[in-house]
Amino acid sequence: MFVSKAFNLLKPIPLMSGQSNLAYKFIHQLVASHGRRCHRSVIYKQRYRTCPCSAGRQTISAQTKVMAKEELPGVLILDIGGTQGVLENLAALLKKHFHLITMKEFLENKEEMSKKIQSVFVFECRPTIDRELLESLPNLKVIGNSGVGVDHLDLKMISSFGVKVTNTPHAVADPTADIGMALMLASARRLVEGCQIAVSPDTKHFAVDWLGVEVTRATLGIIGMGSIGYKVAQRARAFNMRILYHNRNRRRKEEEEAVGAHYCEKMEDLLQQSDFVMLIVNLTPETHRLIGKKELSLMKPTATLINISRGAVIDQDALVEALQSKVIRAAALDVTYPEPLPRDHPLLKLNNVIITPHIGTATVQAIHMMAEEAIANILAVLNGQPIPSEVFPK
Amino acid sequence: MEGGELPGLLVNEIGGICGILHSHVAFLRKHFYLITMKELLENRKHLSRKVQAIYLWWHKPVIDRELLQSLPNLKVIANSGVGMDHLDLKLVASFGVKMANAPRAVCSSTADAGMALLLASARRLVEVHHIAISSSMDYCEADILGVKVSGATLGIIGMGRIGYKIALRAKAFEMKILYHNRTQRKAQEEQAVGATYCEKIDSLLQQADFVMVAVSLTPQTRNLIGKRELELMKPTATLVNISRGAVVDQEALVMALQTGVIWAAALDVTYPEPLPRDHPLLKLKNVIITPHLGIKTDKTTYMITEEAVENILAALNGLPMPSEVLPS
Repeated sequence: MFVSKAFNLLKPIPLMSGQSNLAYKFIHQLVASHGRRCHRSVIYKQRYRTCPCSAGRQTISAQTKVMAKEELPGVLILDIGGTQGVLENLAALLKKHFHLITMKEFLENKEEMSKKIQSVFVFECRPTIDRELLESLPNLKVIGNSGVGVDHLDLKMISSFGVKVTNTPHAVADPTADIGMALMLASARRLVEGCQIAVSPDTKHFAVDWLGVEVTRATLGIIGMGSIGYKVAQRARAFNMRILYHNRNRRRKEEEEAVGAHYCEKMEDLLQQSDFVMLIVNLTPETHRLIGKKELSLMKPTATLINISRGAVIDQDALVEALQSKVIRAAALDVTYPEPLPRDHPLLKLNNVIITPHIGTATVQAIHMMAEEAIANILAVLNGQPIPSEVFPK
Repeated sequence: MEGGELPGLLVNEIGGICGILHSHVAFLRKHFYLITMKELLENRKHLSRKVQAIYLWWHKPVIDRELLQSLPNLKVIANSGVGMDHLDLKLVASFGVKMANAPRAVCSSTADAGMALLLASARRLVEVHHIAISSSMDYCEADILGVKVSGATLGIIGMGRIGYKIALRAKAFEMKILYHNRTQRKAQEEQAVGATYCEKIDSLLQQADFVMVAVSLTPQTRNLIGKRELELMKPTATLVNISRGAVVDQEALVMALQTGVIWAAALDVTYPEPLPRDHPLLKLKNVIITPHLGIKTDKTTYMITEEAVENILAALNGLPMPSEVLPS
């Protein structure tokens, strides 16, 4: 009850870029005091652009000098290990190039540490970047985000301090496309339910009329055909799926033909024809609540909605309603708003929903690759070299 | 056939725990006079002569000598599915009765299920779903980290129709594909999916991150994956079984999973099905078990019935059957 009251406070407060969100700070403390892992509860609905830099897939150069610890530029992280920190082996990787400073160390010795910090490594949206932090780091040059989404960062405010922001678009694409496919297949074939039946003490036989829906030759509608969306299309094609897509811009003909994808200028057309609708957009003012009551009612009653973008792309209340009244068949969500959902949220109780705790990039290999990509970006900024993936507020 | 009367088709039951699906009945009745086992037993004298075909739905009714002897006009038995390990092929043939399975209808759906299990296991889907909905929310990153599928090595044991469809799907995930089969596939077929033949199963087991078993159950493949094979696998590897439970030595598998000889397993099939409720496989954290759902979709079950009907009608009309199965 204590926590849900705090969430209600969030609604009436408009999030304007550049303005520190007091309600968020309040919630953050409340939530933190409960030891709950609620760290994706603030989103910045902002437009931004990324730089299609020629440096592209820059990884850590073998020629990067390994310097003595004190000479290494300081990077701020929340913590090492535990439920909220950077994994130990990632910390080891960071230590090769940076003087690693945890938030605790920084707060205990602000005067000395603040000058050393030239970068912040943001992992799983932590540490939180607010005005107070930025004001206390005079030599901060770059915030290297692990992951591609930057809706948890106030880009305009950060930019006003002359600090650059980078993300990791290359490392996330494959594992996130894989999760999209995993969720689609798991939902269609009722995998989670099936596992429960297989191990339940009450199971005496497997019912023959217990059926899922077919994936092969079904119609997949991809909303958001960026790098990740395109990789999903490549995978879905191998299942002989008919692929429709809706995107800000139409892809080139060769790209469409390579995956057999048909462009739907009107999202409505895609919604009406798809057996599976997969959301793979980034969160911007235009995509906030992109899927609401109207969109859900356009979908087939036999259709499944899969979300691997951001929770706020869907009107969650409308989704609950649609799932309860069988307006759509099922949903599979790797992302929600907030993350995690309050424990009494109706989505957690529906049996036609699969929810995963934002595991799009949660593989041993991907976490490592994201750290490497973030490190390469941070080093590029600090060394005045072309930056592989910088993000600019529009 | 008496003028205008449809040939009699024996089925175990309609609806219920293991009966023919209600949604298929109308289609079957277009071509056959449906007789259930209950009806047959209640009215043997009259009905036994009418039965010209049997449609086995999930291995029922059980085909034994007694039943075969009691059906003088039986010409064909059609199986719902591709596996025939539950049938005594020689016995049936000795009565002059033809047999058919449904190899085409099952492929895509079973391949999809194989990929679903592989992905779910690699990304710990079932485990993390429970974390996401549970009342206690304390977990670390390490609790939810899975392993990559894209770019990993898949070893397919049994490259028949289903195995090949799996290879087609895995290729789109940029997986490196190895396969072991009784016979090597044609070079074109290998190239189309980028698959490398492993004449020795050992070579496949040693290199694969995921081992997918897609063979049919025969005397040669019984216990194909035992202690030796599991020990050859990488300790980081996952075993996925979509063939038959008896292809894997279950005791050896339990041992291997408990001691970290292999990383994890995903089983759509076990022996028996379902497993006894106190079986160790049900308790292991690194196993997911599904209730033989390989063909359990609305479309595929219907396609299976269509394929069975096609075979039955061909047999009754003295025409070549699309998928006749002969005892080897």
